Amino acid sequence: MSSQRLRLFTFAAPSRFYSLSGSLLPWLWAAAALLAALGLYIGFFVAPTDAQQGESYRIIFIHVPAAWMSMVVYLAMAGWAAIGWIFKARMASMLARALAPSGMVFTLIALATGSFWGKPAWGTWWVWDARLTSELILLFLYVGYIALVEAIDDVRRADHAGALLAIVGAVNVPVIYFSVRWWNTLHQGATITMSAAPKMQGTMLTAMLLLTFAFWAYAFAVVFVRARAIVLEREHDAEWVRGLALPTRVAARTSS
Amino acid sequence: MSPSPSPSLFGALFVRDLRLALRRRTEALLPIGFFVVAVALFPLGVGPEPQTLRQIAPGVIWVCALLAAMLSVSQLYGSDFADGTLEQLLLTGGSTTLMATARATAHWTLTGLPLVVAAPLFGLMFDLSPAALRILALTLLLGTPILSLLGSLGAALTLGLRSAGVLVILIVLPLAIPALIFGTGAVAAVDAGQSAGAHLSLLGALLIVTALGVPPATAAALRIAVE
Repeated sequence: MSSQRLRLFTFAAPSRFYSLSGSLLPWLWAAAALLAALGLYIGFFVAPTDAQQGESYRIIFIHVPAAWMSMVVYLAMAGWAAIGWIFKARMASMLARALAPSGMVFTLIALATGSFWGKPAWGTWWVWDARLTSELILLFLYVGYIALVEAIDDVRRADHAGALLAIVGAVNVPVIYFSVRWWNTLHQGATITMSAAPKMQGTMLTAMLLLTFAFWAYAFAVVFVRARAIVLEREHDAEWVRGLALPTRVAARTSS
Repeated sequence: MSPSPSPSLFGALFVRDLRLALRRRTEALLPIGFFVVAVALFPLGVGPEPQTLRQIAPGVIWVCALLAAMLSVSQLYGSDFADGTLEQLLLTGGSTTLMATARATAHWTLTGLPLVVAAPLFGLMFDLSPAALRILALTLLLGTPILSLLGSLGAALTLGLRSAGVLVILIVLPLAIPALIFGTGAVAAVDAGQSAGAHLSLLGALLIVTALGVPPATAAALRIAVE
């Protein structure tokens, strides 16, 4: 039947998304746990000690994937928010809302691990290095988005206003990054930069990639969980959501 | 083609905002008052050494101008939204982008322009050289319109919300960072004996991009807010 065929917007229906994400979740959690365990084992026990930094460099296996994710999630959030706004697709807006807290957490992890690494490597918790500063500004962008979206009671307006802010922020990110970089070199502030990293050993790269995939799987899983909660909250009047609650209600009635 | 009503719409809104400000003179002067007090607090906090003050002067003046603009901007659409004027304006069929431009221009004339005039005076109190003072005023002349435009976008996004004032600051300040960097960088460059040309060019480019890009975004935000 033609209605059974998969089309571009098949999973734009919240009910379809709900059932699909429900069946994907166990796999995603399992993938995240396995990849993280493997990556951490290789990173902490197999990868050799760094000649200059000793053992402290090993935080890179958490730090770099978190920093990557913080940027990817922002782009994904802005993209979904834009799709939700332009095509009036509710599911896309819900995904954008679900992505924001995860992105903020990744940014926080990147900043925290960066400063833990900075203490032994540079002798200071914080350097106004271009990368650190732009990561901090990315955190501000996340905070601004979440604060705006949470402050608006009307769901539709919150989604669309958030989308506009996320798009403006995404357009601004390169401008901010390059201005911060230039500001940094102008002030001659940080003489140590991370760009001159020595070449990586194979095992180090393996560990980092494994953890990157683990972070991806974790991000998908946790965003799906959050999006499912948002779907249930917003669609609580829909027939299928009531149907989800129905079996237990029927069981309760028969047992009494 | 019928003659476009747009220029008169721009003028009418602009004059209306100025006239409203004239009727409430104290209110219109509050951002300048804030700027003056905030700038004066820094020497008290940092210490009176002229060397230090000279170094922090551009940053202090720019940051205070930024905050003054953000504090005053939340009133830009607030009362119009509350009494329904904004809805009527959007229903007239005139260009919303043009309306947003007019309001941002009025805001700049009322708060940005006085800051441009007042800033050299404060630069003098921070012991800046005449050359640096001139550049400081020039950067503010190029930079404060950016702040007004970005601020009006923030004001449109947070229209009618309970905590609009703080939200605007939270939303807009990260976006205003490039303007801050190039604005203070120009003065620092002159202080170090270099040319401020590159910074001023970038600031001008930023102004052009903001002036072209932000009014449509503000218009979209206004439509989202009243829909």
